[in-house]
Amino acid sequence: MGIYPIQQAINIPSIANDIINDNLASRSTLLKRIEELERETTLNNARLLKLEALEHENIRLRSMLDSSFKIGERVSIAEIIRVDMDPYKHHVLINKGSWDKVFRLQPILDSNGVLGQVVNVAPKTSQVILISDPDHAIPVQINRNGFRSIAVGTGTTGRLDLPYIPNNTDIKNGDLLVTSGLGGRFPSGYPVAKVTEVITNPGKPFATVSAEPTAKLDHIKEILLVWRGGPKQQSPTFNYSLEKRFEDINPPDGEQ
Amino acid sequence: MSITKHQSGWVIIASIIIAYALLIIPLPEELGYARPEFALLAIIYWCIALPERIGVVSAWIVGLFQDALQGTMIGLHALTFTIVAYIAVTFYHRIRVSPLWSQCLTILVLMLLHQLIFRWIYGFAGRPISDLYYWSASVFSAVMWPVVYSSLRIMRRNFEVK
Repeated sequence: MGIYPIQQAINIPSIANDIINDNLASRSTLLKRIEELERETTLNNARLLKLEALEHENIRLRSMLDSSFKIGERVSIAEIIRVDMDPYKHHVLINKGSWDKVFRLQPILDSNGVLGQVVNVAPKTSQVILISDPDHAIPVQINRNGFRSIAVGTGTTGRLDLPYIPNNTDIKNGDLLVTSGLGGRFPSGYPVAKVTEVITNPGKPFATVSAEPTAKLDHIKEILLVWRGGPKQQSPTFNYSLEKRFEDINPPDGEQ
Repeated sequence: MSITKHQSGWVIIASIIIAYALLIIPLPEELGYARPEFALLAIIYWCIALPERIGVVSAWIVGLFQDALQGTMIGLHALTFTIVAYIAVTFYHRIRVSPLWSQCLTILVLMLLHQLIFRWIYGFAGRPISDLYYWSASVFSAVMWPVVYSSLRIMRRNFEVK
């Protein structure tokens, strides 16, 4: 792409800023940071042990339900290139492209949750649409009870709307929404947003529900690219037919 | 002058590249809406200064690259730039002789035209822009015109672009 050098040139100050910050951090700050990270690692390791046990249990239970468990996806880290795109879209540019095997419609995460998906791939960069873009919708389910819905971007970074929640649905403030995996584009089970507001409208078929994305959409720096690995996941039998129907409309990963 | 007809074309290209850079420099979100259309301003300047050399086709190419740069619908900037460049080339005599403040008004009108067409097509594509901030880009473009005009004129005279 002819515009790649311009984008890189504009990105230089932010890279320089990072380098300067990295190099000029004082010893005490670094020591504190190391201590913090060590504590975090210990905590995470403890959690991971529990998680492994749970994963095995999950696989065992799922095998009883006659559905395979996806062994985990391959992920890779990319960085956001600090350039402004069209101000009327929530798009960002990342520093990996088709040379790094990024593909169109690839899911993008950060450490807190789902960020969006790739919409355009150049050799060394790709364009990512964030879940807050008004053109974006993501299939989600309530983590607590498995109720499935769709979260639509609003054009405001801190808010998603769930326009298709019936008034009598069991949903309340603070509910975690995770990806449902329907549609076959996003891996299932990743956190998307936390419900912040539920207003039931007795006169209308649907409640007004908004949620706040768990990923930090307004100050992202590093993102995770996800490749589906291992056997294709199949949901338990009760929503299998629905997922199948979605796949017929939208073949998953067909663009790879 | 008649022997070396076209020269220092790289200055024009450099000015467009600088304009592109100004278009994607990160700004706070609120200021992002008011960002002047630098590439279009540069194209208008070159249309007025060198109408026999820069015109509709160059504007189309510059617009196409801007679409790629900003991730807008492909051809959208190309279309509006072409229309604005056509007007600028048609009226270059009048724009050239008018004083700077009245040039600013002309630029304001051209920018509003660009934004109007842009907004129409955005609306057709199903994502209408409804806030008033949108039009601030035109005003800031007109405000920036004297700066763009004088710096490009210095460039043109120093490097003898013809």
